[in-house]
Amino acid sequence: MARLLRATRTTYCPGCSHGLIHRLLAEALGEFTHHPIIGVNSVGCSVVIYEYLAVDFVQAPHGRAPAVATGVKRMRPDSIVFTYQGDGDALAIGMGELIHAAARGENITVIFVNNGVYGMTGGQLAPTTLPGQKTTTTPWGRKESESGFPIDACSLLRSIPGVAYLARSSVHDLKSVHAARRYMSRAFHTQARGLGFSFVEVLAACPTNWKLDPTLAIKRVGTELVRYFPPGEFVAKEGSGL
Amino acid sequence: MMAGRVLLSGNHVVAESAIRAGCTFFAGYPITPQSEIVEYMATHLPARQGVFIQAESELAACAMVYGAAATGHLAMTASSGPGFTLLQEGISYLAAAELPALIVDVMRCGAGLGTIDPAQSDYLQATKGGGHGDYRCLVYAPANHNEASYLTFLAFQKAVQYRNPVILLLDGALGQMMESVSLASWECVGAGIDPRAIAAYALDGALDRPPRRLGMTVYVNPHFTAGLREKFEVMRRAERRCEAYLTGDAEVVLVAYGITARVARETVRMARQTGVRGGLFRPISLWPFPYEELCEHARHASSIVVVEMSFGQMVEDVLTAVRKQGPPVTLFCSPEGVIPQSTALLDFVRASLRGETDEVKP
Repeated sequence: MARLLRATRTTYCPGCSHGLIHRLLAEALGEFTHHPIIGVNSVGCSVVIYEYLAVDFVQAPHGRAPAVATGVKRMRPDSIVFTYQGDGDALAIGMGELIHAAARGENITVIFVNNGVYGMTGGQLAPTTLPGQKTTTTPWGRKESESGFPIDACSLLRSIPGVAYLARSSVHDLKSVHAARRYMSRAFHTQARGLGFSFVEVLAACPTNWKLDPTLAIKRVGTELVRYFPPGEFVAKEGSGL
Repeated sequence: MMAGRVLLSGNHVVAESAIRAGCTFFAGYPITPQSEIVEYMATHLPARQGVFIQAESELAACAMVYGAAATGHLAMTASSGPGFTLLQEGISYLAAAELPALIVDVMRCGAGLGTIDPAQSDYLQATKGGGHGDYRCLVYAPANHNEASYLTFLAFQKAVQYRNPVILLLDGALGQMMESVSLASWECVGAGIDPRAIAAYALDGALDRPPRRLGMTVYVNPHFTAGLREKFEVMRRAERRCEAYLTGDAEVVLVAYGITARVARETVRMARQTGVRGGLFRPISLWPFPYEELCEHARHASSIVVVEMSFGQMVEDVLTAVRKQGPPVTLFCSPEGVIPQSTALLDFVRASLRGETDEVKP
């Protein structure tokens, strides 16, 4: 099924959700056997996604993945074009590019992995860090009075007419994993039908920077993260397969 | 379709020439004094099989150009001053991923927001690597509209040949002024774009070949860094361009590029009428700077006058060129957004020959 997944072990930390999400992504993309596929990898732990997914990749500057994907898609409109971005990349340094790609109704798919922390740089505050959560730059926990509130990407994108498909799932149990897989598939079918911007948020675990055992980390995804960022399908334009 | 001589602004010359050269993607952000390039592309590119996007910022514009370039299309953006700063991120990524693109900077005055008046104050940023990391870009500086058209074609050719971004450096005066121009063609340049060169890197979705990766963390690969360094050395040796005017017997050599070179040329002509043997050395490639050529053309001179619309940026390259054994270097600068007058420059040239101007030292 996952013919686009390379037969290799990932170098992600034990309990990291990227490996699982890569597999779901490879399966969803694998449905498009006759489509050219071009990925845009972003800055963060998942920068090495090209080691695991056997498709063309171009590496974006930090935060600019939706803009890079825009250039790719406009010149290769017959291709499935996606970005794979973390929370710092998409919602901090790349918020402008994300919102404007959505506003243009750019016919690309953004896979947005939200684990509430900067992973690659060692566990700093992210735009999605939960209130009270300790990070290396909020050593006493995130205080709303100082570093503000977590950003809910789906609520933000929901108001934008260019968004054709918008969904969020976690990957903390079998049911949510299947939902994430289904949402990715629908997002790519939305793109293949030329309906506009599609966005799938995946709530994910980062045991290393959360300083939690992998089993406790994935449990936290299913409780705290799901509570703050409720999963579901929020936008599905007619024809997107919902 | 325009044919023969036409009257166009420098901005329109660059935009129209880029389309004729085969540019099919433009992303940009409005900023004075280059907005006419964005507007021209918005009006003309879609009708000629191209894609135009008004980006949300110059950061995004250059990222879009990077994405389009990755698919094997000729892509460009244009900006000025503050926007040129934001383009640097993407330029660095283009260089690292070895992707061709044309970057146009229609220079305006000052640091910070500065003003919208013409200037030459982005010389250092353009020629010394305005973005992060180890890379170089060819930088071409036209002095008139015919040359701007020619260099636009040449820039695309060199960008593909070296798989590297090329910068076209205009100033606000050249961008805005109307001039009679014969637009260039690929015949003028001698060779067009080799599609095989593009096919070697372009991403097309990999249906019938192994997947490719562009712009990965390749700097850890010694073969890649050695290859990149060698490429920049080849560019440094092979791509120097300049023009000399009456330097053969010149006692004073003026060094200027772009719009100021036109004033300097007029000044040389006026000087000659009054018995002062002036000459003009005009770098066309600002990187690589024609160091050896300048030394050769200034070998009989007792004075070198650098003319710049900045506090003095190119003068550092002139000092590097002539080193200790060359004639004294002086600087006539006009940094406040005003094109210098040839009469004022002539007075300065005469003063330099009398040793009354301050020598610029490293």
